[in-house]
Amino acid sequence: MPINFQIPEDLEQQRQMIEFFAQTAMRPHSRDLDENEHAKPTEFVNMIWPVLRDQQAHSLKKMLEKDQNGNGSKEKRGPGKTYTRLMLMIEQLSWGDVGVYLCIPSPQLAGSAIEAVGTPEQKERFLRRFAEGDQPVWGAMAMTEPGAGSDTSAISTTARLDPDTNEWILNGEKIFCTSGGLALEDSDGLVIVWATVDRNAGRAGMKPFVVEAGTPGVEVTKAEIKHGIRASNTVSIVFTDARIPYDNVLGSPEVQERGSKAGFKGAMATFDGSRPLVAASALGVGRAALEFVAEKLKEAGIEIPYTLPYHKLTAIQRDVLQMEADYKAAKLLTWRAIAMLDHGQYNSLQASMCKVKAGKAITGITQKAVEILGQLGYSREWLIEKWMRDGKINDIYEGTGQINLLIVARRILDYGSGDLR
Amino acid sequence: MLDFSPTQEQQMLMDAMNRYAVNDLQPNAHEMDEHADVPADIVQKGWELGLLPASIPEALGGFGEYGALTNVLALEELAFGDLAAAFKLMTPALFAYPVLFDGTEDQQSRFLPMFSEEKPFPATAALIEPRITFDPFELQTVATRQDNHVVLHGCKGYVPNAADAEWVLVYAKDSETGAVGAYIIDKGSAGVEIVEREKLMGIHGLASYRIQFNDVQVSADLVLGGERGINYQNLIDHMNIGLAAVGTGVMRASYEYAKDYAKERVQFGKPIASNQAIAFMLAECAIEVDSARLLAWEAAWQADTKGPEITKAAYLARDYANRAGLFVTDSGVQVLGGHGFIREHPVERYLRNARGLPMFTGLVMA
Repeated sequence: MPINFQIPEDLEQQRQMIEFFAQTAMRPHSRDLDENEHAKPTEFVNMIWPVLRDQQAHSLKKMLEKDQNGNGSKEKRGPGKTYTRLMLMIEQLSWGDVGVYLCIPSPQLAGSAIEAVGTPEQKERFLRRFAEGDQPVWGAMAMTEPGAGSDTSAISTTARLDPDTNEWILNGEKIFCTSGGLALEDSDGLVIVWATVDRNAGRAGMKPFVVEAGTPGVEVTKAEIKHGIRASNTVSIVFTDARIPYDNVLGSPEVQERGSKAGFKGAMATFDGSRPLVAASALGVGRAALEFVAEKLKEAGIEIPYTLPYHKLTAIQRDVLQMEADYKAAKLLTWRAIAMLDHGQYNSLQASMCKVKAGKAITGITQKAVEILGQLGYSREWLIEKWMRDGKINDIYEGTGQINLLIVARRILDYGSGDLR
Repeated sequence: MLDFSPTQEQQMLMDAMNRYAVNDLQPNAHEMDEHADVPADIVQKGWELGLLPASIPEALGGFGEYGALTNVLALEELAFGDLAAAFKLMTPALFAYPVLFDGTEDQQSRFLPMFSEEKPFPATAALIEPRITFDPFELQTVATRQDNHVVLHGCKGYVPNAADAEWVLVYAKDSETGAVGAYIIDKGSAGVEIVEREKLMGIHGLASYRIQFNDVQVSADLVLGGERGINYQNLIDHMNIGLAAVGTGVMRASYEYAKDYAKERVQFGKPIASNQAIAFMLAECAIEVDSARLLAWEAAWQADTKGPEITKAAYLARDYANRAGLFVTDSGVQVLGGHGFIREHPVERYLRNARGLPMFTGLVMA
């Protein structure tokens, strides 16, 4: 296939529908949900749940069918559109409001992990709840701990097998868990908890466990107060002798040999899918800011030209042009990483590249946008100052810009973690 | 459907261009820079790769079909080899493409077949005017209509290969309408005076000249596009796209050289690339090179598909390449430290060449 930047017509139509939804069901609540930090975006959730539930039913059905027909079938299929579709949806929802988007009633990151390494039985048992019923359900991923941020090998939450009951017993504390409260307290949801079965084994001992709502010994202890994405539910969870069934471990419970793809490394590969999607979310915020800046400048009689030499540009015009070019670079890098996923190509380098660029570009664009719009830009009457606060998270979560830059550096230099620390 | 893979034909072309860049241009780039000359045999070898005839239809002597994206892919490889050589090799296109896009049937059938000859057709174009406030949309070279011919007057700079050229496409402002037109001039015409060779910070291998046009007469049939004239914005778009592409090539050359160097250069008992300070600089460069490339690709794709935002895309692509080019090539010198400042390493040349990207309007076209 030749180089092509055309978004397929059906995906573009879907994006436009979401745009309408974002305009009518997200933006009007943006300010309120920002000011009333721990309020829930109930209206958004109730509106989107039936749509998502049916979509999730469809994808679960396909997922199970694929398992039944054997994953190993080597027959070559053409490129899919799954990730392109997802990217456009996330971009458009984040354009509406990124904090609200993060409250989307879905398996979220837990879904990617279950899909990647879960057995057919686990998929049915854990994902069915997202595909039926009147009440919205959330999934979440709990990785970060007070002493373990980017360095996930420092995770100290433990999972001990009780041979008498054949249950795992979890102990420890997780922080910064996105939608953890929605999953465990507000719905019959679940959280994937990363815990170690053998602290001496380092990363090889790290396993993902599915913890369902209502499990005794699991307590949501804190909802964070944040710089931005205040509508998003960010919580701490404490596990005190929390018992879960043996079959709630994802993938093999055995401690894998170093370098094995089956354990930790395999699950980390889900980041190759999630990082471009975080970049897509950043792009939504960036586009919202650029559109708003262009609109307000136009009202003030300032147009952005695409034909003038530098000496004829005002400082603001040159700033906006640079913002647009940076935005576009982030967008195209993201599109590339996404297209590679849809073509079934290994994209770890490109995934981290677009995450670095989008996080940094959107942080810069939104910060500059506030400056360009002056005193009014700084006012909470407009959303631009909120978008600046929201935008910053994209340079932080799903791996900070620096951690992703480290990944890029190792890959381009062909260095392992021992060569470049 | 989003796709980032060149076609098989494009890949073959890129491979051929890359071989030329690596085998013929890079090993000679230092000498060409020091002696301010790209030897004719090296140009000839590049010419025989047939990039320009491949853009000209069979009916007009060529063997292909014009494609901005295909050109962008090739230009990056050429500039990866050497920017001055890339400019010199592709100078005839500065004449051929405008004729292909905007020429009358007569002009096309008269000139285009000559670009498929064995030797490069000695043609060039003159756009830049030597003043710090140069704006391609506010030319001071003026075309005045008189009876059934046009009289050109003005001064142009940076005209590539002008000494050897027999034909020059001159951009000038219509004295009545103010619109920019392009005028085909036989260099032997009365009033054409080569003032001097330009002495530039970089692209030394490219001989470019300042030319004075003193009331040069152009017959009406050599006004490009005849009464219809030219789509000047479209030509500027293709110039911007071309510069974005060669900019990507220059920065990639610098990045790759610095990366290899950083893995070999040992200080404090380990390669300097194993320090985050160096590794992160290289990682940022890798991201910037890819960014610049994708903006160039997308703008070229818009050109090929007649997209609605081609002017914006082309402008942003070039603007991005201007900035990224400087960042990446400066980083290249920095990674090599003191060695980077020595002319025997190519990185300082890449920096000098990249600094010129915003100034090279009209020196290349995609």
